[in-house]
Amino acid sequence: MLNFSKINVFFIYIIVLLISFFSSLNLQNNDNLIIDKKVNLGLDLQGGSYLLLEINSDSLVQEKIQSKVIPIKKLLKDNGLDYSEFKINDKVLIFKILDIDKFDLLFYSKKDNQVNPYIDKYRAFELDHKKKDNNFVEISFSKFGLLTINNAALKQSIEIVRRRIDDVGTKEPTILQRGEKRILVELPGLKDPERIKNLLGKTAQLNFRLVSDNTEFGVDELTSENGETLKISKRIVMSGENLIDAQPSIQNQQNEPTVSFKLDRLGAQKFGRATTDNVGKRLAIVLDGKIISAPNINEPITSGNGMISGNFTFQEATDLALLLRSGALPTPLDVVEERTVGPDLGEDSIKSGITSLVVGFILVILFMFYKYKIFGLVANVALISNLLMLIGILTILEATLTLPGIAGIILTVGMAVDANVLIFERIKEELKTEKSVIHAFDTGYTKAKITVLDANITTLIAAIILFAFGSGPVKGFAITLGIGILTTLFTAYFLARHLTSVIVLKNDKKEIKI
Amino acid sequence: MIKNINFVSKFKKANIFSIIIFILSLFFIAFKGLNYGIDFKGGTLIELRTDKTIKASSIRESLASMNLGDVNVKRFGKDGDYLIKVEQKETNNNNLIPKIKDRLKENLNAEIDFRRVENVGPKVSAELLESSIIAISLALTAMLFYIWVRFEWQFSVGSIIALLHDVVITLGIFSVLSLEINLSIIAAVLTIVGYSMNDTVVIYDRIRENLFKYTKISISDIANLSINETLARTIITSVTTLLALSSIYILGGEILRGFSFAMILGVIIGTYSSIFVASPILKFFKVSYKTLEKEEEKIVP
Repeated sequence: MLNFSKINVFFIYIIVLLISFFSSLNLQNNDNLIIDKKVNLGLDLQGGSYLLLEINSDSLVQEKIQSKVIPIKKLLKDNGLDYSEFKINDKVLIFKILDIDKFDLLFYSKKDNQVNPYIDKYRAFELDHKKKDNNFVEISFSKFGLLTINNAALKQSIEIVRRRIDDVGTKEPTILQRGEKRILVELPGLKDPERIKNLLGKTAQLNFRLVSDNTEFGVDELTSENGETLKISKRIVMSGENLIDAQPSIQNQQNEPTVSFKLDRLGAQKFGRATTDNVGKRLAIVLDGKIISAPNINEPITSGNGMISGNFTFQEATDLALLLRSGALPTPLDVVEERTVGPDLGEDSIKSGITSLVVGFILVILFMFYKYKIFGLVANVALISNLLMLIGILTILEATLTLPGIAGIILTVGMAVDANVLIFERIKEELKTEKSVIHAFDTGYTKAKITVLDANITTLIAAIILFAFGSGPVKGFAITLGIGILTTLFTAYFLARHLTSVIVLKNDKKEIKI
Repeated sequence: MIKNINFVSKFKKANIFSIIIFILSLFFIAFKGLNYGIDFKGGTLIELRTDKTIKASSIRESLASMNLGDVNVKRFGKDGDYLIKVEQKETNNNNLIPKIKDRLKENLNAEIDFRRVENVGPKVSAELLESSIIAISLALTAMLFYIWVRFEWQFSVGSIIALLHDVVITLGIFSVLSLEINLSIIAAVLTIVGYSMNDTVVIYDRIRENLFKYTKISISDIANLSINETLARTIITSVTTLLALSSIYILGGEILRGFSFAMILGVIIGTYSSIFVASPILKFFKVSYKTLEKEEEKIVP
């Protein structure tokens, strides 16, 4: 175990130096990167917000099942099936039908099924039905139907969330899908998470509807921001989909912040027609079920340009314009988890993390030197290389360093010496019975090898499980702990062993003590 | 360094001690319960800093009228730093944080900086608890399996009992002291599992080696010999690990304090259990070199 070929030695030191070199890249000035690699700081160290958003698809599913009413009724009529007591109940449709078997055949037809399309991807139908007592059937979305709705809503939401966040202009946001219903948003270095939360919390469904008593389409009674209750037609004149741009502006006469918008061609046509036909009436601008304002239509607006006023502050006008530009979310988003760290706490954490690392490191080094003298020095050289290599690998992987991650590094420092301790203690035992010093060292290394491996693999298993199940900062801990074990094994069995062999072989004839 | 301490003679006393502490811990966990943090219970946590010292009670009072449910305020580290924990309300209130901030600024007449805000919904906290329990169970199973592959089943049983001993007692102490259980404590528990296993493996390795070397000696003496032979290493590694951990505990700041405390407990309990729990179990199973040979025959027919 003490014989090294020249080529082996060369490779050991090249690997140590090369990987350690990468750790020095973290000292680079941020503005002037020579090699663009650095350890990323986690949100808990640099400050920022972590948000987990969940789409709330209840209303969307209700809407979608309602849209099935007409096609289903048509299917029943076209095929001469008698039905009665047709009801919409939350997310299900219920009706009574006599010839259930015939309905079954039509409902689950794979060919040209307009009512209940077959989703090839999942090999399942969009809708399902349950037979109830007294010839009632209950129709609802199947598991895969719901999945399709959620998927589409989630994809669209992610896109809109991204647009809204980009529009605010935060640096390097992370926006990722998490599971079937969630979006993970990480915003490093954010000063005011409340504003972003507000922006993401609004679906921003905008529509223009006439103030009217006409019940042809049905009316809603909505309250405006200033407390006025108005009857609003359910018929939507035009919706936010037709907007191509929206900007905050200041209206000159009153110096009042407003939002001016621009419509696409279709929108301009619709808007033009509605305003021409209804001059003198009031047009309500409704956002997420609330009236922003309901101005009088003084003259037809055919240019496709318009303006929304509503007692905004300039900030509110800016945010509304941003929301309208980025489009409406298909469903409301709930913030199900939030973690925000202010930048000064992050700085404090870095300071205390580094301080405890340095102090812990020095304590361990002093103890090892006291315990093993010259071989303690060997272990310490291995320990320093270990630390540099660990940081080097984190840099190469551009891993994210969190506060628990720093704790993982310190813990690695404490536990890394174990490999060398196991070996040295073994050699001590061998020296008692073995006359040849070289032989004793050789057997010591060989015999300790299995134990060192066994002992480290157990910690590695724990680190891997922690990595798989942990979230955020804890994952950072698992990463440093896991990589630390690999660098520990390398430095103990290659670097420290070579250094030991140099000492032992040089002092061949003398007595060596550990 | 090798002394000859008669550990085996102390096995009985130690085992009775362990069993009592273990049962007490289970009792506390079951009846007093664990003090779950917002990660597992849901709710809102705010770490705030003010420009002047105020009483924690006046923070509590000014929030009392907001109808937030159970509110817990305590000092956190330096003067002027406080930690507020608010019980989760059913309603999804997106404006809670700015409302609390405004209220405090108004009532306390002080500059207030929210240094950290964490908000975990009930659904997410239930999931986090579930995945933490799965992670710990999985870690224990993985260890069991690893030892079973590397050694014989008696060793596997011994190490897993030692691990359960460590995990339950660590959590028991957390229960007695009402210390908060959060995600970082789970990370600590998993690391303890790794560390304790590491310690046990070193002694087991030596026991196996000695069983082959001295076939005539009883398992009691083999265990005693092996523990003594590895004692120096056991102590030195514990010392270096504890040195590193104490450094985190004292200097690493308020956020890492719970984590490092759990780890310190775990390292001490884990070291104890490799000697006084894992080894007696081999004696209990009357493990001898024959057990090892039988196993070997099975593998290599």
